[in-house]
Amino acid sequence: MSANLIPILWQATLQTLYMVAMSTLLGTLIGGPLGVFLATSRRGELLSAPWLNTVLGLVVNAARSTPFIILVVAIIPFTRLIAGTSIGTTAAIVPLTIAAAPFIARLIETAIREVDAGLIEAARAMGATPMQIVRKVLISEAMPGIILGLTLAVVSLIGYSAMVGAVGGEGLGDLGIRYGYQRFMPEVMLAVVVILIVLVQLVQSAGEWIAARFDKRAPRNRGR
Amino acid sequence: MTGPAISFQGVTRRYPQKGGSDVVALHDIWLDVPQGAITGIIGRSGAGKSTLLRMVNGLERPSAGKVIVNERDVGAASDASLRRIRREVGMIFQHFNLLASRTVAENIALPLEIAGEDRAKIAPRVTELIERVGLTAQAGRYPAELSGGQKQRVGIARALATGPRVLLSDEATSALDPDTTRQVLELLQRINRELGLTILLITHEMAVVRDICSHVAVIEGGRIVEAGETYAVFSKPAHPTTRSFLTGVTGVAVPQFVAGQMRDAPQGPEAEAVVQVTFIGSHATDPMLARLTSERGVSVNILAGAIEEIGTRPFGSLIVALPAQRLEESRRFLEEHGLLTEVLGYVG
Repeated sequence: MSANLIPILWQATLQTLYMVAMSTLLGTLIGGPLGVFLATSRRGELLSAPWLNTVLGLVVNAARSTPFIILVVAIIPFTRLIAGTSIGTTAAIVPLTIAAAPFIARLIETAIREVDAGLIEAARAMGATPMQIVRKVLISEAMPGIILGLTLAVVSLIGYSAMVGAVGGEGLGDLGIRYGYQRFMPEVMLAVVVILIVLVQLVQSAGEWIAARFDKRAPRNRGR
Repeated sequence: MTGPAISFQGVTRRYPQKGGSDVVALHDIWLDVPQGAITGIIGRSGAGKSTLLRMVNGLERPSAGKVIVNERDVGAASDASLRRIRREVGMIFQHFNLLASRTVAENIALPLEIAGEDRAKIAPRVTELIERVGLTAQAGRYPAELSGGQKQRVGIARALATGPRVLLSDEATSALDPDTTRQVLELLQRINRELGLTILLITHEMAVVRDICSHVAVIEGGRIVEAGETYAVFSKPAHPTTRSFLTGVTGVAVPQFVAGQMRDAPQGPEAEAVVQVTFIGSHATDPMLARLTSERGVSVNILAGAIEEIGTRPFGSLIVALPAQRLEESRRFLEEHGLLTEVLGYVG
């Protein structure tokens, strides 16, 4: 591999990290509250709003069943509205966020539904408001599951980010296709794949480590 | 204040069913829970005791009737005033319901945080509560690192945090072994005495009622079938449910060598009936079985027995064998003298 490819690979890696970080952040800002709401708003639940729960559930399912590459192209006008352009790394954050938000919402919903209903009852018996129960009980008890869910989301977004080359999103996937496939430089393709494997591995390990730090459910055997 | 701490006034709870008749969980309940006492509600699972307990802090609302707690109508309270009432009513649970993500101290601090207390006031209050339940050494531990008894102590400390006047206990010892059960019951008794706290507990174990409850209500099929001072109810149990709870309380069992041969009906003229005789109060010391032999000529063979105390008064149970042909006559004799009898089976 010639030395002048190194800066290109570095540049592409940074672009991927930028897109994934921004879309995870924005996706969590939208998907987090949405997930909490979906987990607590069925009939008879804490924030009971069955009708809205059904509607939002349908929207989330619709967004999740749209293939990502189609989503990217279909929302180009919306992307242009938000980012001012439909081309480039920053513009690519828009479809990535729209794909991430419903996915993160479902992951957080699942984590929160795992929390024992007895804890909600105990908090209600203490005179907690629904918002206090969400903040002090549900989110903190679900934290290990939420962290693992977000880890899964980041790993998926790394994969999705390879597809935004279709709208000039650049990043590692785009580099692999343009250099590795179209210019027939297999060593670039290989380098891209290796970097992606390392990235996913790092994200997964970091996520599991953080989740374990939050998880107090099993007795700690070490350090005593 | 001399009125009852909690008053159920004609409380009914119906659960509407889709396309069918309603399920009635509670039916016209009238019950006063006295101030500063420990009152037990005993019933089998599904009898409605859990629903009844949850009416006190508004986790369940009555379909009809009133629930008055500290002179306020809980059933009619708005959400905001219900939250204030709940801070005056602590609750402990069978499965403890502690937050796994919080330490012992942080769990106990939770109701204070919810009530909006200053951080500066929370810390000393939590320390005091931890001392009261004897968990000072475990303050920084997480629930997963505690035994069942320790977890329930955290539950009790947490329930006491906001200084309630009433403590509700939902089968608090049902998940614990007998030794730990005794310790937790002693702790409940101590806080009842020291803080003058009214305790309302539900259980399916007569032993819990026997050990700490001064008052008892027996619930069956969503109705209170018997209620009053524990000793009064125990000495003259009118309802079959009360009797069946009572005969089980001493834990006297039919010996193995007899149990193996027992049948549901007598066979032949030599058959003997195995009868559990429960003694209450002064009768426990009367030689009633000896009188049955001497006055009626019925020979009685004692198979097993135990005598205990409820409060300071004797309470006992014997398992005896007597001729099946004389069974009805003997039962009448014993019942007339205030003993309870229950036929367990026949041998021979």
